Amino acid sequence: MGNFLTGESRTCPSTGLTVCLRAQFFIRANAVAAVVFLLVGAIAALLLALTRWSAVHLLNDVWYYRILTLHGINMLIFWILFFEVAVLYFCCTTLLNARLASKPVAWLSLGLMLAGALITDWIILVGKGDVLMTSYPPLMAHPLFYLGMILVAVGALTGIILFFVTLYQAMRQKTYEGSMPLVTFGALAAAIIGVFTLAHGAIALIPTLTWSLGWTPEPDPGWYRLMWWGLGHPAQQVNLCAMVAIWYFLATLTTGAKPINETVSRGAFVLYILFINVASAHHLLVDPGLTASWKIWNTSYVMYLAVLASLVHAFTIPSSMEVALRLKGHTKGLFTWLAKAPWHDPGFSSTALSMIIFGFIGGITGVTLGTEQINIIAHNTLRIPGHFHATVVGGTTLAFMGLTYYVVPLLFQKEFTLRRLCRIQPYVFAAGIVIMSIGMSFAGSYGVPRRHWDVDFTGANIPAGFDAGAHFMLGVVGVGGTIAFLGALLFILLVVAAVFFGRSNAGSPMHFWQSPEAMAQNVAIYNLRDEAYVKQSHRTPGTLTLVFVLLLAFVVYYFANWMALTDVWPVR
Amino acid sequence: MPSLPGPNDPIDMDAPRKHPLQRLMDNPWLLLALGFLIPFLSYTVWGWIEILSMPPAQLP
Repeated sequence: MGNFLTGESRTCPSTGLTVCLRAQFFIRANAVAAVVFLLVGAIAALLLALTRWSAVHLLNDVWYYRILTLHGINMLIFWILFFEVAVLYFCCTTLLNARLASKPVAWLSLGLMLAGALITDWIILVGKGDVLMTSYPPLMAHPLFYLGMILVAVGALTGIILFFVTLYQAMRQKTYEGSMPLVTFGALAAAIIGVFTLAHGAIALIPTLTWSLGWTPEPDPGWYRLMWWGLGHPAQQVNLCAMVAIWYFLATLTTGAKPINETVSRGAFVLYILFINVASAHHLLVDPGLTASWKIWNTSYVMYLAVLASLVHAFTIPSSMEVALRLKGHTKGLFTWLAKAPWHDPGFSSTALSMIIFGFIGGITGVTLGTEQINIIAHNTLRIPGHFHATVVGGTTLAFMGLTYYVVPLLFQKEFTLRRLCRIQPYVFAAGIVIMSIGMSFAGSYGVPRRHWDVDFTGANIPAGFDAGAHFMLGVVGVGGTIAFLGALLFILLVVAAVFFGRSNAGSPMHFWQSPEAMAQNVAIYNLRDEAYVKQSHRTPGTLTLVFVLLLAFVVYYFANWMALTDVWPVR
Repeated sequence: MPSLPGPNDPIDMDAPRKHPLQRLMDNPWLLLALGFLIPFLSYTVWGWIEILSMPPAQLP
């Protein structure tokens, strides 16, 4: 049924899926590039954590802002975009039983992205691009900085177009039956959001490029911020969709779970597609050029439909895991299924920890900080990085790491060595991110600004600075950041060891992270369609309890923030 | 290679009609169009209008 050319596919001995060999090459190439840029961003992260830690204060001011620019761009743009292109190619070929539509276009995408990323990193490191990731005018970088970013954006957009063309071919040639698989649908959502994102990137960065060349006047800073955040925030929504799709994929692979109601899950992705990109307005809540109507409409009425989508996924994924694990016999009490889950499988532990960190820290803080009134006490403080390190790093990066533990054996056909270290790596990374994120959030609650090199404003005419509590929290940021760096470094070393020195498993099934019996049980549970499954799929008391705990935590946090607002903005 | 039905092919009247939401979810091109247009109008165009209609500051 597939549309593969002769000699351009292989059957995976582990999953039975047909793998397009030309896609496999580009999945590997993009994934390797992603990990390299993750390493660059992680080293920068360690240097920043050790600078924000007041007692260490490692970098001087010039290098601090330089490394901060490098960190933001490598972590939020390069690592994520390269990995996402790999995910898109996987979802539109292997999962649709289809071949990648064009090899030259895939080369073009990879070449543009690589050239752009290398140019940007080089120009930052030689000190010609100290403008931070946002590069707000009137700060001006060397033209190559903007050119590099544009090349990355165009390259990623080329990869997305290739995804759509491959999808179109697969639909025309009926390489799959019925609706496309849910995981591919999640990738489709990521691709659609990516089109909006990269179009805004072009609109924002082309005028800044021509301005830096002296061809056009300086772009209006308010207009630039509006356009740039059409790139900056939706880029993270691309992550979100890819991350949720990976959650569904890994939940199936590691527990045998299948979505309780696929239509509901697809509906949640549709809500993301239609409404989540307006959340960019969060970043402009203190901008004077935009009215309260625009801000409130885009950050509440419309955006809450996307929050609803996240709440749907937050229920459907753990509940499908609960159904699968209860069907395996772990039926006692509310949480025996959770205790008996395969926590030693790094694919599962990464997924579960990613969901917990994303929901309980990232999600709750995000909705709260995105409220216009509350935003005024949090904007540009360290609370904002406290939020997005929980979503993008604790959520997305951890999920991508979890997927890598399956991608390397299945697509690189190489086995991980030092498997015990692989099993503990997600916990090390998650612990570091949680500690760092909490430290940032509390330091931000004291009013500590984000991005700032000297929060004590040394030498200022008016005494400023923060008390010991804030500096203690900055110390927590440093400790958490160091632990997270060690977790990331461990991940990179394990991946490099597997890809370049690992034992080949070509022609034989991968060495799974769970016992053969457990994996066989996962397959059996996934294929269950009998009455027992139907009955169990309507009974998920453990997940329901967790959902109410999440909602209660949100209510308490939201209320506490309104209380904090009344402290600085008394209403009489 | 399977082909799409032509204009003279018989229509299967017994085929179950898809729910409109399901039809939307099975149409990536419509989703692409809506996914671009809705935020573009709500965030970008409205934002442009607000910035362009902002009166210049009365500087001293």
